Amino acid sequence: MSANIVYAILVTSLATFLSRFLGALTSQGIKETSKLFKWFNCLAYATLAALIARTIIFPAGVLTESSYYSRSIVVFLSLFVFFISKKNFVYPTIFSAICMAIINNYI
Amino acid sequence: MINKNFFFKGYRSIFTHDSPAIALTCCFIAIGALFKNLGFNIQESIFSTVLTYALPGSLVMAESMLIGASLLNIFLAVWFVNARLYPMAVSLFPLMMHKSQPKWKYYFSCHFIAVSAWLIMKSNYKKIPKEYRIDYWIGIGTATVSVSVIGTFIGFYFSEFMNKDMMIGLAILNPVYFLCMMVGASKTIQVTLSVLLGIILGPIIYLFSTEWSILLAGVIGGTIAYLVGEYNVS
Repeated sequence: MSANIVYAILVTSLATFLSRFLGALTSQGIKETSKLFKWFNCLAYATLAALIARTIIFPAGVLTESSYYSRSIVVFLSLFVFFISKKNFVYPTIFSAICMAIINNYI
Repeated sequence: MINKNFFFKGYRSIFTHDSPAIALTCCFIAIGALFKNLGFNIQESIFSTVLTYALPGSLVMAESMLIGASLLNIFLAVWFVNARLYPMAVSLFPLMMHKSQPKWKYYFSCHFIAVSAWLIMKSNYKKIPKEYRIDYWIGIGTATVSVSVIGTFIGFYFSEFMNKDMMIGLAILNPVYFLCMMVGASKTIQVTLSVLLGIILGPIIYLFSTEWSILLAGVIGGTIAYLVGEYNVS
């Protein structure tokens, strides 16, 4: 089991590093004012947003044990806290964890 | 080698009032607990966090191991999930390239590409002289990896004291934090539209293709946002 775990970790890190390294390698000829750079910037933001939305709506791991409605309520309330706290990142983050634990326990 | 002033300036960026340190620690607490449940020992858990340093990839590895997937399957699944790191790297490294800096710094520091470090760098790079941005970036990366290791360590040893609701609370923290950071970063029409389209298209495409959803949503949403932004400028 232990050898399997080590191999799995190595394979995971290789698969992860590959995208990072290829990105660093191919970005060398790209200027930050170029259209290609702007396009990749949009791709990066859209990809991240898609990942976040998927994590909330179709989660993996322990979040699958919570309901879709509880996750949606927590996200909307946290965004509300984000805006009323003048776009502070820490308050809505802590609020989301506490709110989720409470909602999941009582609802 | 590495300019210490800018390295530590980058390192300290996670101690600011809007720091990702708390969110990142909590997420890796959940990961540490997950690793323990999977049968990892503490060395393997830390080893995984340091070498992979990407939450979705670690989750995919854990899930694949649970169902007894082969190493090739794990490789492909993680590669698909983490392919988002490619456009992230391409949209970050040109901001840090400087002819006076050796190439190895860029190849070494690409390991630090992850959502939290990437968003911190994107918000702060204009304040740093271009020559030293790479040192600042290495500082941010070192700090975020350190925080992740601490989180994994805590999660591994304290998982017995945490119930299911607490674990779920920790797990929602990460997407909420990143969502707030993305909304906060939406200052131009291109970025705002990219974020909106990504949020809408990601789950819709997931209904048709679980493996390609993130990449397809990124390419389609990002391209539309780019074209709309360019059209608006012209």
